[in-house]
Amino acid sequence: MTEARRAPESPTMEMTSNKEILRRIEYTGDMLLNMGPQHPSTHGVINFLVQTDGEVMKRAIPEVGYLHRSIEKIGEKCTYNGFMPYTDRVDYIAAMFANQGWAMVVERLIGAEVPKRAEYCRVIACELNRISSHLISVGTMAMDVGAVTPFPYALREREFINDLLEELCGARLTYNYLRIGGVAFDLPEGYGEKVITFLDHFEKILVEFGRLITYNEIFVQRLAGLAPIPREMAIDYCLVGPNLRASGVNFDVRKDEPYSIYPELQFDVPVGHGQMGALGDAWDRFWIRTEEMKQSCRILRQCIAQIPKGEVMGKVPRKIKPPEGVEAYSRIESARGDMQYYAVSGGTENAYRVKVRTGSFTAMGIIDALSRGLMIADLVALIASLDVVAPEIDR
Amino acid sequence: MTPEEIQRALAEKFGEAVGALQPANKDPWVEVKPASLREVCAFLKADPELRFDCLMNLSALDYPKKNQIHVVYHLYSYEKRHTFILKALLDRAAPAVPSLEPVWKSADWLEREQFDLMGVQFEGHPDLRRILLPDDWIGNPLRKDYKEETHYHQMSTTRESPLDGFVRLDELKKRAAAASAEAAAEKKDLPS
Repeated sequence: MTEARRAPESPTMEMTSNKEILRRIEYTGDMLLNMGPQHPSTHGVINFLVQTDGEVMKRAIPEVGYLHRSIEKIGEKCTYNGFMPYTDRVDYIAAMFANQGWAMVVERLIGAEVPKRAEYCRVIACELNRISSHLISVGTMAMDVGAVTPFPYALREREFINDLLEELCGARLTYNYLRIGGVAFDLPEGYGEKVITFLDHFEKILVEFGRLITYNEIFVQRLAGLAPIPREMAIDYCLVGPNLRASGVNFDVRKDEPYSIYPELQFDVPVGHGQMGALGDAWDRFWIRTEEMKQSCRILRQCIAQIPKGEVMGKVPRKIKPPEGVEAYSRIESARGDMQYYAVSGGTENAYRVKVRTGSFTAMGIIDALSRGLMIADLVALIASLDVVAPEIDR
Repeated sequence: MTPEEIQRALAEKFGEAVGALQPANKDPWVEVKPASLREVCAFLKADPELRFDCLMNLSALDYPKKNQIHVVYHLYSYEKRHTFILKALLDRAAPAVPSLEPVWKSADWLEREQFDLMGVQFEGHPDLRRILLPDDWIGNPLRKDYKEETHYHQMSTTRESPLDGFVRLDELKKRAAAASAEAAAEKKDLPS
């Protein structure tokens, strides 16, 4: 089953523009299908130029850029602090991580220290956000392959997290919670108990979710062995996060390039081992996310138990002005994997150059190579299993 | 391996083509001559001690004053768990550098992005076309001297500021008070 569904090698076509692709496809007599930009399964505005012969695709070429807002250019135009709300818009499903990446890169630029309590606040907010992002991911993936029931299940749980995060920072989607050198607000009174109450409830739901969907026979049959990504290919295409770990690479930025307070916390890194079909297939990518939610629950419980008292803002100059030519790089483990910020200072209050490397962008690059020989319905499952988010691709 | 050891290994193999480590920055980097970039990267990937199997990030910096464009490569090794940064310094008028797509597949999209936004030519790239912007877009927005066209397909790229002609409420009150004071003064001047 695994072998049959894997894409066969086909000669690569050289091309220069979309018109050229169109012309060649007409010539060969294949059918060209525009899947998108408005399509319910593409999770945002992405277009796929699909060259098909019946139901079987010869290749699917992703066309991105519909949501390009030039966030990197905006980063050059506003101050270091002023860029923080814009980072929310890099990835609005998991905005807390985009905040943290930016805060970390500027802290590295100016050498600022973050108080211990602020680090705990950050981790609590981020892990809550990771659960809510993964809930969207698994819910929509189940819906894309035809199971409608799990989606409202997942969204119902996400509402609780939205309420918790709203109580923390006043926003439900674009948080703007982190500051350079700390966080905007301390935890409200009784917040720890509320999080624990939610976790007690949610951990039972996770078990139920596993029974309902993850190990469901029909669901496993649908996804096992679908579009497996071998280990070397995943690294070569720079897949990150859950997609990389599903291919059997034991790498998590939180463990292997530790930042914040993660070295003090106990958690496991789930790695795919192809238990239902091939290593790195769509089911593995789904399963990794459900396992990561369990680990996030563990991290949250430890944070709530260990959080020290103290300040939530470190000493940061009012005007952030790193010396000219200093550059810094930060890596964090976002819900969609290794998110990287690269910032270069020009000696002014604005950054000279900001570069955001996101997990979705590199994940999209692999679709062309994987799609050859897949069915059109499997493309939908493949996109969902890679958990790409359109604004994060286009920035 | 530390960046110092990696730089020493590269300098031994390639000599002049690899520059010294620049430790003045938070993250040290090494300059590589564009002509030998692909050999250096192939060596970095294949050498059993180095094993840089992943190109994590590729970005470009524009320096109009120095008349240069820097292409920055962030490499990572999942096997050895070390990282390294390369820079290629290019002429700003005609920035061209060999494509690394044959070495790392992730370079495909990352190079297209820099071609699109910064206008760097990656020689030998199999499919070098714009990725984020439309095919008929003019200019490279991340260049420091980029000026946006006023129209794109007869659509205006600017919009009127909603704050044009906006007057603050206290300013209006101040004006009204001044006007009434003036009127009162005029009344006073009039013979009764």
